[in-house]
This record gives sequence, C-alpha cells and structure tokens, in this order.
Amino acid sequence: MNVQSKPGKGGYIGQSMPRPNAVRLVEGRAQYVDDVMLPRMLHVAYLRSPHAHAKILAIRTDAAKKAPGVVLVATGKDFANIEKFAGVLAHFKGMKSAQQSVIAIDRACWQGEPVAAVVAESRHLAEDALELIEVDYQPLPVMVDIERGLDADASVIHAELKDNLCFSRDVDAGDFDAVAARADHIVEQTFRFPRHTGVCLEGRSVLGNWISADKRLTVYISHQAPNMVQDCFAKLLGLPESAVRVICVDVGGSFGIKTHVYGDELATCALSMMLGRPVKFVADRLESFVSDIHSRDHLVKGKIAVTKEGKLLAVSFEDRLAVGPYSVYPRGSAVEGNQICNITAQWYTLEAYRARMQTVFTNMAPYSNYRAVGHPVAVGIAEGLVDAAARKIGMDPIEIRRNNLIPDHAFPFQSVSGMKFEVMSHHRCLDELVKAMNYEALRKEQVELRKKGRYRGIGIASMIEITNPSAMFYGIGGVRVSAQDGCTARMEPSGSIVILHGCGEQGQGTETIFAQIAADAIGVPLETVRLVTGDTEVTPYGGGTWASRGAGVGGEATWQAARALRHNILELAALITQTDIGKLTIVNGSVVDSASGEEKITLAECGRIAYFRPDTLDSYRPELCVTRHFVPKQFPFCFTNGVIACHLEVDVNTGFIELQKFWAVEDCGTVLNPQLVDEQMRGGIVHGIGPTLFEHCIYNENGQLQNGNMADYLVPMPCEIPDMVVCHVSTPTKETEIGAKGAGEAGTAGTPAAIMNALNDALLPFNTVLTDMPFTPEKVLKGLGKV
Amino acid sequence: MSEQMQISFILNGERKQVLVPMRLHIIDFLREKYELSSPRVGCEHGVCGACTIRVDGELARGCLMLAVQADGKTIETLEHLTQTGEIKDLQEKFVERNALQCGYCTSGMLITAADLLKQGKPASREAIRDHLSGNYCRCTGYEAIVDSIEAVMKKRVESGKRAAR
Ligand code: FES
Ligand code: FES
Repeated sequence: MNVQSKPGKGGYIGQSMPRPNAVRLVEGRAQYVDDVMLPRMLHVAYLRSPHAHAKILAIRTDAAKKAPGVVLVATGKDFANIEKFAGVLAHFKGMKSAQQSVIAIDRACWQGEPVAAVVAESRHLAEDALELIEVDYQPLPVMVDIERGLDADASVIHAELKDNLCFSRDVDAGDFDAVAARADHIVEQTFRFPRHTGVCLEGRSVLGNWISADKRLTVYISHQAPNMVQDCFAKLLGLPESAVRVICVDVGGSFGIKTHVYGDELATCALSMMLGRPVKFVADRLESFVSDIHSRDHLVKGKIAVTKEGKLLAVSFEDRLAVGPYSVYPRGSAVEGNQICNITAQWYTLEAYRARMQTVFTNMAPYSNYRAVGHPVAVGIAEGLVDAAARKIGMDPIEIRRNNLIPDHAFPFQSVSGMKFEVMSHHRCLDELVKAMNYEALRKEQVELRKKGRYRGIGIASMIEITNPSAMFYGIGGVRVSAQDGCTARMEPSGSIVILHGCGEQGQGTETIFAQIAADAIGVPLETVRLVTGDTEVTPYGGGTWASRGAGVGGEATWQAARALRHNILELAALITQTDIGKLTIVNGSVVDSASGEEKITLAECGRIAYFRPDTLDSYRPELCVTRHFVPKQFPFCFTNGVIACHLEVDVNTGFIELQKFWAVEDCGTVLNPQLVDEQMRGGIVHGIGPTLFEHCIYNENGQLQNGNMADYLVPMPCEIPDMVVCHVSTPTKETEIGAKGAGEAGTAGTPAAIMNALNDALLPFNTVLTDMPFTPEKVLKGLGKV
Repeated sequence: MSEQMQISFILNGERKQVLVPMRLHIIDFLREKYELSSPRVGCEHGVCGACTIRVDGELARGCLMLAVQADGKTIETLEHLTQTGEIKDLQEKFVERNALQCGYCTSGMLITAADLLKQGKPASREAIRDHLSGNYCRCTGYEAIVDSIEAVMKKRVESGKRAAR
C-alpha cells in the first residue's frame, strides 16, 4: 500500500507533528516514579557489597533495626522464597549461567550487589540505618581479566559451571583460508570497545504497592516493557499474572537499561508484600553506576582480505567480551555477542566469513543489552577493517565502499553469514552522504589545513541495524518477551478516538506516531486521537520498546486496529444513511461520499446513534472498539541501513579531539515523523560519541569501579557536541502496510566507527592507527609517541 | 534528622515559614514538603543540572544547597516560571522543535536557558552550548535544545528592538 494515498485528508504520516504529551514535560508536570506518592508509603535503601567477590560470613542488623524511622531490615535469607533467576536463551546452544537471588545470600559476586535492605519512613532514615549494619566478608578471588578469564588456571566464579564461559559461538561461512589465499593483502587490526553504561538521567525507580485485601500488587516502574515486568514479577514472586499490574507513566531515559529485571526492584515489591504497605526504591547515581547493567567491553582481533583493486573478499575476527557474574534476567547477557556474529560486515558482498565469539563471566557489574546491542562493535570491527584495507591499498574510503557494498538492486539478498535482507539502499545513502557533506571540498580543505599543521579527519561508516524483531529474537529461546503488539482502537460517542497500546513512551514520540497513524488510518483530525499506554491493566498485551520495534511493529498494530475501526464506522454509517458502503469514506471526522466529497454524517452523529439510540438499528450491532495484533513473520528481523560520517580535528600537541560535524543518511523505510526520526538519530549519535571519546567504566584488578560518579565518568556535554545533519532515503518494508522500520538505534550503531575512522584519517601523516576506545587525549598523545 | 531550624522564605511567590531539618537538601525539601516535582534528582553531586532552581534570581543546584540556606531568600522552580508565563515562548519552542525526549533534564534546561535569555543579548550557538555546560541531557544530543534557545533569543532580541524603535 502506498502510504501517501491513504484515506483521510489529514495526511499526518510523514509530517513533523510535535508531541502533545511533551507539553506537560516542559511545564514540569511529568510523573516519573519518584513523583508518585502513596499514603503510608515507605522507602527502601540497599546495602551493597564493597567487594567484587566475597563470602558473607555474618550480617548484624540489630542496631539498624533500632534506628529511628526503621520499619524493617531484611537480608538475602528473608527473600529465600523468591524464585532465583538467570537469563538463559534456549536457542543459544551451550549458553549457561548461575542462578541469581534478589539479594545476595552467602556470597556477593560484584561490587554493588545488594546484601541487605532497610525500609524506613524516608530514604534518609533508611540510609542512616544502612550505616549501622555490620557485615563480615571473606574476600574471594576476583575475576575481571577478559584475556585470562578462560584460561585453565583462571579462578572460576561459579564452581558449578566449571568455567567462566557464558556463551560462545563460531561462524564459518565460505572457506576463509581458501578465499583469503586469493587476496593481495590480509590486513589485521585489534580493537577495544570499552565497558560503559547508560546513565539514564532518571535512575531506576520502582514503587510496589501490595494490597493484601485484593491480593494484588501494583508496580509503578521506570521501564520499557510493562508486560515483561508483569510476567517476570508474577512468576518470581509466586503470584498469578492477573495479580500484578504494571504502570509506567513517564520514564526518564531508558536506552535498554530499563528492559531488564533487577534484583533490587523485585525485592522492593517483595518488601511491599511483607509489609502490606507501598515501598519505593529509586537508585541514586552512585548505586546506578554499580547496579545498572553495563555493556560492550570487547577485545577483538580482526582480519580482512582485500585485492589490490579494492575488492573485499573475506572478514574474520575473534571477539572476547566480559559480562557480569550472572546472565541478566530474562534477556540474558549473550545477545550482544550473538548479534556481532550475525551481522558484522554483512553489508558487503563477501565470499567468506569467520567469527569466533566468547562471552566471559566476570566479577564486574551485570551486563546486558544497551541501545544498539552489538551493533557499535559489529560496525566498528567491519568499518575499522575496511578503512585499514583502504589505507593498505591507497584507496579512498568512499570508493572502497562503493566497490563492495551490496548493490541496491541485489535485494532480497542473503549475506554470507546467512542474514536475510529484504531491501536496502547502501549506495543511494552513500551518494546522498557524499553530496550532503560536500566530500570533495572537505578533502581539499584537509590537504590545505595539513600544510598549516592542522589535522582534520573524515571518517565514514556504512552499517545495518536490526529492527522490528520477530519471535526469533526471544520467544524461540523460551524467553517470555513478546514480539507482537496489540492495539485497541475505540470510537467514543463524540466521534473522538482512543488508542490503547502495549508499546509505551520514553520520549521517542511513540504516542505521537501512533496518533498520526490512527488519524490517517481512520480519517480524523489528529487532535481527536488520544493515546493510552503504560498500564498493563488496560492496554492490550505487547512487547514494549526495545530493538527499534515501536514504530514498525507497534505502528503496524495501530494501523491494523484503526483500519478495522474505520471499516466498522463505515458499515454503521452506510446503514444509517442507507448508502452503499463502497461509496463512503471518512474525511476529517465525517463520513462523506467518496466521489463528491459531500458530507453524509459526522462521526459524532454515528456515535450518538450507536451508543444512545441503537434501538433504531434493528438487528445491527455496532462494534466501535476493535483490537488487532501484529507480529513480523516473513523475516526474523527487518534490517535498516545507513551511513554516518564524522569530521573532526585533532590537536596533535594536546591530544584533544574536536568534533566538527556529523552527517547521517539513514533508511528507516517510511518516515512517519521526520523530526522525531532526526532527533532519534541525533540522540543516538551522541550515545555513540560517549563511549568512543569519554565514557568508560574503569575497573581495577580487584573489581572496584574507579570512576562510578558523574564527575569522573564523563558523559557528553553540550559544548563537546557538534551539529549533526540528518538525511533520509526511504525504502519501505513490504512486510507491513505502513512500511516503517526502526530508527532509534542506528546513530549509536554507526558513530563509534565513524569517529575512529576520522581519527585515523586525521593521524594518517603520523603513521599511527588508534583502535582502543575511548580515544582520550592521553591515548592520542601515546599514539603520536609524545608521552 | 533531629536538629531543625526555623526559616522564612518566598517560594514561587508565596511566603513560607517552616521548621526544616538542618541537613535536608533543598531539592528533597521542595519535592517532598511542597510536592514541587519539577526540580529533578539526577546525580545529587552537582554535575547534571537536573535539580536547577532559582535562588534570588540566580541559578542554583538544588542538590548542593541545604533547605536552611533558603532562609530570607526567594526560591523559584519551573512551576512558577510556567505560571508567570516568563518562558512561555521557550516552552512552546521546546515542544515544537522537540527539544526534549524523556523530559528529565528539561526543567533544568529551561531554567538555565531562561537565565541566558534574561540577558537580552544575542549569543552564538557556541555560547549557548557553553551556557548549558552544566546541564546534561542523555536523550536529545543537545542540538534541538540549542536550536530552540537560539530561535527564541532571536525573536526576543528582534521584538526588543522593535519596541525600542
Ligand atoms: S542532581 Fe543536582 S546537579 Fe545533578
Ligand atoms: S530529554 Fe531525556 S535527559 Fe534530556
């Protein structure tokens, strides 16, 4: 279906409509979990292990129990009836994990693992009492060494697992050795992608409210997947699913950090059940650093085989990544490595591909999916190698990509690793990029400036991104994370529309695009559509927002539901006006004659009759509330593609990198709301800049996080970020009627590689190549041989 | 929490007299006692700017100031700036330009931007970025925020000129 020819005059799809739900945010009227105050509410604070690995010999809580305002002090044993958990995906062969308890019992496995809880009248009083708890620890050997973690003599974190291997995978497609033998050069490169974390400005927050009379638990939580929380919390707390209601109102940043189950959040709900009172937990910044999931942390050795004419033949790499002591529940800690095996360099027409990936348990903070899972590494390896090959043969980075990217006409295409691509536009995107950035002029300027001792670099990164995942992502592995979304569309008596959706909002504009889709699908003014999300009690079951699925999957469910509602409205109107339904359409909230445009009846009049005078409709029963579900089935994932360019300048005396500008051309299929897509790209790019230049969770050999605060862990500031130009190429997916693919993660996926390539382009005259992120001034100076 | 002090101050235009615990930070005091939720807690160590409020017309970090320090002062939060309409144009621009995603940084951003706008002078994008240096946003990448402030600044400067003519 051609989106432009959709019925309904509005034509909201494709327009930059502002977000109606942003107004309350700019007026300071948002409602994050911490803003929810309930009668008799208590606050919990958690005592966290100062050791990365230690036996807990004794915990003395007497003094804390007597402290002012304290209602309850609990240790791990008090939660023993809560089921233990670990995220193990059945379709990941050989994947394993030890089982985690909500609060450590007998042993703490990372610095920051909760070991005791104090519930008090205020957070202040709870924290005061924490200081009175005495714990006897016996330190155990600490495993934080990614390189030695699998050695035979390495200390094993969980004896029952026999080793520290969480998951490994080997991909061997085509005959790498035979193909590589035909190459003129085999270029090798190692890469280091740092461990980092999300730093959502709003810390993880939960408020559990157990009402024993109703036997019901209401959970206000800052989260991306309300139905997943409902399912997991019910299961682990031993409650029927129907006893758990999850409410997510405003969420202050999430980025994948808030798609997981955290022991302290579950324990907070358990405490509410123990006490029969509402209990709130809001992670403060310091505990966020040691208890939010971390991500990346890869050590990669890569190889690329290239001919002297610039044909890329084969890629191989070994990737070792360091996760935490447990595989995070329920999505696990292995998707990152798995995605890298699947997608690295698969946007090129390679003849052979070999990948070996090992995910290693360590005594660092738990680790799991964070925005663009695996992609920054997959793109970093591929694009870093492609540039290394280009440097080797003296070819321009644009030219080598033109020679090797999958041709736009070659789709559908199956990559050498077996990825199935429906449709992509690498070459069109690259052409757009070259134009948008005025590539030739920048190259000329680069030459001129070099003569003056100023070193600018241009870096290009082509990429793909997994979006709109099917049930092949989690469901197939036995993980109860929904790949489908449900949407209910309802017409009210006034003719206004209510959309209830399982996919919520964390600021991306989800509700706005759903309203745009619904308004177009039915034919009503945008302002008459109201969204309800973030409450499992009222919204149809859905997966929530992760893996860039909101627009493509949730949006399609909205379209289907709204189209079905439109049909029912027309049926009703045809009956009332005694007209053939085929002659009617809906425009701007009225049913009109499709040929003449003459108004037949307003939706309000349809509503009046349907709801208040149905007696006049004989046997006809109007159905003005319909639900439709959608799940992608034709492809395991809907891949998007794009290309990002970075322009920067290196001060070779100080090692400082000054970002000049970014350009991004991306293809997310149908662009539902250009401004929202652009802002997703920009936000995503900055999430890529962070760990490439600044962000790094630095652990010492004892498993102590060295920079777990916002003064020492550097996130990008306004003055460090340049302007970013975003352009679109649009090749809609045919799997859905709206044709939208995801757009929330592409910026994060491609940016690290673009910066790395730009940096090495700038440093070309110095014959040094840097691949160890983050690229701090110190590392740049080291690379230049100046320190 | 035992030691308390009597303070008197003006909060969002209303005079308050109240006993406050000595060690209570003003951010918690405002949020818990007066249910003013617009100042947000982001880091509690003075880095992120989410807790920004106005004290006697100047920017202050709610997490670095004790409630007792409000004694004799005038405190304003975004709720008040909204009510007086002082930054209506900026708030509208933020929505129109999508200068916020999750909104958690937004109160602090708006108050900080209002401070720059108050100066009534044009500023370069660089200067705007510098002014915002103590306010972190994890969602937007900052550009839309800078765009919004720049646009409102231009408009205000122009209408100021027109008024002067
Ligand atoms: S909460 Fe005050 S600066 Fe971050
Ligand atoms: S909008 Fe989310 S932190 Fe700024």
